[in-house]
Amino acid sequence: MNVLFEGLIEALRLLVTLDRDVINITLRTIQVSGTATLISVLIGIPIGTTLALTRFFGRGFTVSLVNFGMGLPPVVVGLATWLCLTRYGPLGFFGILYSPTAMIIAQTIIATPIVAGFSLAAVQSVNPKLRLQILALGATRPQYLVLLLWEARLGILASIIAGFGGVISEVGASMMVGGNVRGYTRVLTTATVLEVSKGRFELATALSIILLFLTFCIVAGLSYLQQRRRQP
Amino acid sequence: MTMKRTLCFTMVLIGLTVLAAAPVLAAGSQEPKNKDLILSTTTSTVDSGLLDVLIPVFEKKTGYRVKTISVGTGQALAMGERGEADVLLTHAPAAEKKLVDSGAVVNYQLVMHNDFVITGPPDDPAGVKGKSSVDAFKAIAAKEAIFVSRGDDSGTHKKELSIWKKAEIEPSGAKWYQESGQGMGATLLMASEKQGYTLTDRATYLAQKANIKQEILSEGDKGLLNIYHVMEVNAEKFPKVNAAGSKAFVEFMVAPETQKMIGEFGKNKFGQSLFFPDAGKQL
Repeated sequence: MNVLFEGLIEALRLLVTLDRDVINITLRTIQVSGTATLISVLIGIPIGTTLALTRFFGRGFTVSLVNFGMGLPPVVVGLATWLCLTRYGPLGFFGILYSPTAMIIAQTIIATPIVAGFSLAAVQSVNPKLRLQILALGATRPQYLVLLLWEARLGILASIIAGFGGVISEVGASMMVGGNVRGYTRVLTTATVLEVSKGRFELATALSIILLFLTFCIVAGLSYLQQRRRQP
Repeated sequence: MTMKRTLCFTMVLIGLTVLAAAPVLAAGSQEPKNKDLILSTTTSTVDSGLLDVLIPVFEKKTGYRVKTISVGTGQALAMGERGEADVLLTHAPAAEKKLVDSGAVVNYQLVMHNDFVITGPPDDPAGVKGKSSVDAFKAIAAKEAIFVSRGDDSGTHKKELSIWKKAEIEPSGAKWYQESGQGMGATLLMASEKQGYTLTDRATYLAQKANIKQEILSEGDKGLLNIYHVMEVNAEKFPKVNAAGSKAFVEFMVAPETQKMIGEFGKNKFGQSLFFPDAGKQL
């Protein structure tokens, strides 16, 4: 209990005094997880929508593949990415292991199936009669898609929240491909692990509180978008 | 018109030249070509805070950006063996020697030492206080007291296994012998929670001391010396290795000023040195 309280005080102190390391780590966290979420949204929503609206041979298998991907363990993704990006690995010539780029790649792999899976469910659960109605009103293909996604917006935003939540909280992949390099690839989760091994529990608690606060702010913003009344 | 055009052209040319030269001018001649340097090292040098002091000094002096990857010595050496790191700072002389012999690493230099200690709960149920390391381990095994091992092929783990071997005990699989699979700091916390014994380097113990109920029970025995070496991964064998950078880092670690910093490190906070500089000495 004591540690939690001291952690809270420490978190406030670090935030108020704009501690350089902590600000740096927080910004890096936003940069890495934000970019990864953005990319996974750009890839995942089209995949989910396509799977929801088309019928093709092997669709069932693809859907189960996406749903399986939603539960990909970050450590496994981290290990696979690490093996690919090592100097003498298949993608070693890029030389990006232990960089924020490598972390973004790993986190994108984690988030994309989550976004795709949730948006697949969201689009598919739009009332089929509504789909027919939109088409009957003479909507063009792009208009049809926009209206459909708009109708599915609650689920689509939930998919973005879930994708973001998945990557900002993971530590295994970031640790492995980022290496937790101070001032470069250290994010809030990996910094917390390190401070625990250093025995600095107050600082670790403070970092956790900042992580929770950051996640809350971003998710609250998305929830606001999701829940506000539909504009005419 | 032509005059104007020529003027324009000249201006653009000057502009481009300045732009092209700017990074070179700003950086000066000191700036290394390949800035990134991967240092693969043991958790103890990071968890104790030593590298947080040394690395910024090195970066400022040389312009390299050090990517410190803190893993167990086993993984650090494996990375060196595969050319995945540029420079290694580890503490398992026997395992390091294999890499030196195979030519995977060069410029193998002694940096510093401290010692391993056997810690345990203050009431010491197995009665190991004051015993030599081998006798202490025998007593723990006889009493079947909980022993928390790193179990991660790190330098400390290797040392621990060598003591079990000397004690002629095969602890793996026994119920009282638990492998944490984590770094030293986390393992000490586990040992403290479980009121068990463990083998730790002194630096991590002192850094963790405030959080744990563990006391040093056995120390000072010659077999408990913990020796750190720094070495370059062989760039002739692995062309992707940053040869200039790793050479600079080895030189930095054995330089007199750095050695002084190593000796001073921890004196303010713990009232004693955590590491003892050894560069240039013979073991």
